[in-house]
Amino acid sequence: MEIILNGKTVDVAEGLSIADLVAQKKLNPQVVIVEYNYQLANKDSWPDIKLRSGDRLEILHLVGGG
Amino acid sequence: MSFYEVYRRFKDFDFTFFFNQLTDSDILRAIGKSRLSELDYLALLSPRAENYLEEMAQKAHHLTVQHFGKVILLYTPLYLANYCVNSCVYCGFRVKNDIERKILSFEELEAEARVIAGTGLKHILILTGESRKHSPVAYIKECVGILRKYFTSIGIEVYPLDEEEYAELISAGVDGLTIYQEVYDEDVYLEVHPAGPKRNYRFRLDAPERACRAGIRSVNLGALLGLHEWRSEAFFTGLHANYLQNRYPDVEVSMSPPRMRPHAGGTAPRVVVSDKNLVQYILAFRLFMPRGGITISTREGPELREHLIKLGATKMSAGSCTAVGGRTGAEKSTGQFDISDERDVAAMTRVIYSHGYQPVFKDWQSI
Amino acid sequence: MSDPLVIGGRELTSRLFLGTGKFASNRLIPGAVQASGAQVVTVALRRVDPDFPEENIVNFVPEGCILMPNTSGARNAREAVRIARLGRAAGCGNWVKIEIITDNRYLLPDNFETIKATEELAAEGFVVLPYVSPDLMVARKLAEAGAAAVMPLGAPIGSNRGLKMKEMIRILIEEISLPVIVDAGIGRPSQAAEAMEMGAAAVLVNTAIATAGDPVAMARAFALAVEAGRTAFLSGPGEVQQYARASSPLTGFLRDE
Repeated sequence: MEIILNGKTVDVAEGLSIADLVAQKKLNPQVVIVEYNYQLANKDSWPDIKLRSGDRLEILHLVGGG
Repeated sequence: MSFYEVYRRFKDFDFTFFFNQLTDSDILRAIGKSRLSELDYLALLSPRAENYLEEMAQKAHHLTVQHFGKVILLYTPLYLANYCVNSCVYCGFRVKNDIERKILSFEELEAEARVIAGTGLKHILILTGESRKHSPVAYIKECVGILRKYFTSIGIEVYPLDEEEYAELISAGVDGLTIYQEVYDEDVYLEVHPAGPKRNYRFRLDAPERACRAGIRSVNLGALLGLHEWRSEAFFTGLHANYLQNRYPDVEVSMSPPRMRPHAGGTAPRVVVSDKNLVQYILAFRLFMPRGGITISTREGPELREHLIKLGATKMSAGSCTAVGGRTGAEKSTGQFDISDERDVAAMTRVIYSHGYQPVFKDWQSI
Repeated sequence: MSDPLVIGGRELTSRLFLGTGKFASNRLIPGAVQASGAQVVTVALRRVDPDFPEENIVNFVPEGCILMPNTSGARNAREAVRIARLGRAAGCGNWVKIEIITDNRYLLPDNFETIKATEELAAEGFVVLPYVSPDLMVARKLAEAGAAAVMPLGAPIGSNRGLKMKEMIRILIEEISLPVIVDAGIGRPSQAAEAMEMGAAAVLVNTAIATAGDPVAMARAFALAVEAGRTAFLSGPGEVQQYARASSPLTGFLRDE
């Protein structure tokens, strides 16, 4: 199924959770934050949120900035 | 927020200590600044700054011409009534003074207005004593309605009102408020206002701000010089003007430095404020408030008033009369105080021109 | 002499805020932060590129610094509010620099949207430092909206052109009771000193340090300049005297009584 991750359409397995996706992309869960369908998704909720087709996901982190 | 909080910050300030530790370079630095702090202003009111009056005068003159041009706005006071319930020890209208009391009828007002308008003046300042019974807001409002036919700017100098009352008079055509705190020192204030509604220090202190909130276009503040140490009184007047200007940037804020004059049942000033002191006050205020108005009434004499044209004054009264109905009435009542400069509008016009300045009769038209 | 800058209840001893963008390598950041003495360090929030995971910037900021995320990328108040909340969720605490830009040519901020965002975020308990074009009425509205400071630009972001807005910033310093922090445009330590000398509460510097040949040395130069400027401001510099005693005195009529 397809979801939109950081503005790009990507193919992911059915039934994948946010926690699974973060692990799959080898991202450090301690430093990224996730917005799920425009709502901030608490870290504790990541394993419980199963992705569905068409979901919008933003994975963000802090970078240098002025 | 009220100016009272600013007053409280300095209520127990040790002015003498502050003046004693000032150096000449503190004074020069304050004169040189483009924006003076509160304490810079106080430094310029100090005895030490008396040695630098000429430097202050040069800058005050320059700032005034820069911000206002070479003009003096002319206005005249018109006393509507002298009934008063207060007991201000310094005032000829006080309740226990046995003078003839009078209130202008609307016909008499119209006659006075015609006489004044005939001199060309367009700015008028109407005054009453404090008597909500004899000269209530409704009466003042009706008077304003009549005066609008003759004048483009109407200022009031009456007892302090609440915000709604100010709004009511503003909608009737009032655009300016003059209200003197008389004395900022709260203790002295209570001493010289032993009875009557005027004893309410805070209600008077906050009156200009209430008028600002009600949408007034200009306010004019002042301490009556002679009631208390003039340097601190001048300081508080400046802080009050600055406070209002900061919070109501669209209001024209000005001050008057009235010195006590002889009056019926007179009491002598408690403190003598010399010409030199008065000039220092005007100069320091100009440097502190480059855009602030400075109003000089006919309490001051002809010679001094002419000198003040170049030292920061922006507004002067002319052809003044402090008695109710004094311009037309055969039955002339007692004035609030004696004036010093008796020249009429035509004479003041000539004098102002002779100093290279232009007299202005009208700088405002309410539409 | 103790002269702390208090913002959002925090007492800061350093009046130099440091941005962490544009460094050639994140490894330069700890040294630069240290040399600058900065206690407030700005960061930005970006999408992760899953194919090129970057290092975590937070690891390069010395402990004890206040991390202040900016809302760069926001084009209106709504987006700025959203980014601010995400920044807080990312562990940045409750400071935020509001930066709302729709102008891609000069990168000038949208003051109107910034006021709206300030109002909303201040109400949510953020310590809000809005980045704006210097304008007195805007600064007054920001103060009313609950801003913790006002951050006018000295010149367009990254331009290194110095205090082009000097007169407008001077007016803000004179008229606004909030700390005025000059942000953007400062390209040289002398310009930072100039801003501090005229009474700015602090300066925020990024490009000038990050892109210097030796960012660590430049960070130290800025720290010294900020301190010099602040000290000069506090010491009450002598004013340029323009009003000497004239040959035709205005006060000649006064006699000593």
